[in-house]
Amino acid sequence: MIVVEKLSKQFNGVSVLQDIDLQVATGEVVAIIGPSGSGKTTFLRCLNLLETPDSGRIRVADIEIETNRSASQQQTAIRRLRQQVGFVFQSFNLFPHRTALENVIEGPLIVKKMAKAEALALGRRLLAKVGLAGKEDAYPRRLSGGQQQRVAIARALAMEPQVILFDEPTSALDPELVGEVLATIRSLADEGRTMIIVTHEMQFARDVASRVVFFDKGVIVEQGPPAQVFGNPREARTRQFLNKFLSHAPADRAAAPE
Amino acid sequence: MIESSLQLMLDSAPFLLKGAYYTVVLSLGGMFFGLLLGFGLALMRLSRVRPVSWLARLYVSFFRGTPLLVQLFLIYYGLPQLGVELDPLPAALIGFSLNMAAYACEILRAAIGSIERGQWEAAASIGMTRAQTLRRAILPQAMRTALPPLGNSFISLVKDTALAATIQVPELFRQAQLITARTFEIFTMYLAAALIYWVLASILAHLQNRLEARVNRHDQEA
Repeated sequence: MIVVEKLSKQFNGVSVLQDIDLQVATGEVVAIIGPSGSGKTTFLRCLNLLETPDSGRIRVADIEIETNRSASQQQTAIRRLRQQVGFVFQSFNLFPHRTALENVIEGPLIVKKMAKAEALALGRRLLAKVGLAGKEDAYPRRLSGGQQQRVAIARALAMEPQVILFDEPTSALDPELVGEVLATIRSLADEGRTMIIVTHEMQFARDVASRVVFFDKGVIVEQGPPAQVFGNPREARTRQFLNKFLSHAPADRAAAPE
Repeated sequence: MIESSLQLMLDSAPFLLKGAYYTVVLSLGGMFFGLLLGFGLALMRLSRVRPVSWLARLYVSFFRGTPLLVQLFLIYYGLPQLGVELDPLPAALIGFSLNMAAYACEILRAAIGSIERGQWEAAASIGMTRAQTLRRAILPQAMRTALPPLGNSFISLVKDTALAATIQVPELFRQAQLITARTFEIFTMYLAAALIYWVLASILAHLQNRLEARVNRHDQEA
């Protein structure tokens, strides 16, 4: 489904990603963990070209992005890729001037040119699916953070993407709202959707992910099934990170955003 | 005294209203073409192509940095020397539009720039083009920020159209001048003209308020 080869990215001469290779198969749920500044969010943003990688190759389904061609030369390929790759932001980024339902149907209506009636039906179905039936006409301002993030998830789903990327989807939420968003993501995992989730929620990663990838200093240090990475990490750096995290367990959710 | 003043105002009403008609034409025309050109300039300003952005910057700098009166004189009295002869009304319309465009450009550029990056990214993440993003996500939000200063500029424009009197446009102020020259009722005539400008500006202010309430409706209690 996703093949990443030798992906590298620098910010102002500082290397944040170095030669990342990663393959994700259909139906896999990959959790990316790691300290702040380890490059995990940048990696996720590179996958749908919100950041332009300096070098490397990205393939999603049949769409291939070559980083040695400029972004403007492959606009069409990038847009096609983004339609296949849903993205859920840490800060939701809903359109504040549109209602929950309008936010969800924006993509189908404008990008896919779906008929209005069909889009509305789809939007209502997706809002119900994320537990927000009855909130169709609410503007984002009137919704809690958890509700906004669930609208954002419905908006991503509306494009019927082959894979969904989550960038610390619960890091901006009050602790009591984290559960509802995680439950929504969990139900998507149960449907067999392909997902990559950057998260600080270790328990959630352990429960839901089929594979855990540990990033540190711009490289993948270790990856494997959650039981192995959490229960018996091979690398010293992974152990160190997990120990630090577990000793701060109650503050888990307040972990600083990158 | 008051009765004769009222009588004079009534007698001059047809002339003043004819002048007001030109004032309205210049104002609406200046707003429309100024906004259109200003939007184009704002897009140029935001362009990643340096020379394009620089050209828009130069335009704004010139038209904001020189007196509107001088610009009108350049167009109406100056251009004929270069072989471009314009009638008073088109000359004034062009002058006001070019001038308004500079202000509209800066207002729109600032408003678009105030929209956070996450909005562009959210639109990009569902596969929107840059044009779709602007039209569907950015501009509707930017309009909220842009409306109050745009309204200010429009109201200024209504009053600035009086400058067209200096290039022979028979607009409101010019009509008042002509009647004054005939009747010597200076105070009454200019007061009448002032009242008409006031009414026009008030109508505009009212429209602006209604529009602002409309674009801000998603902020209201649901």
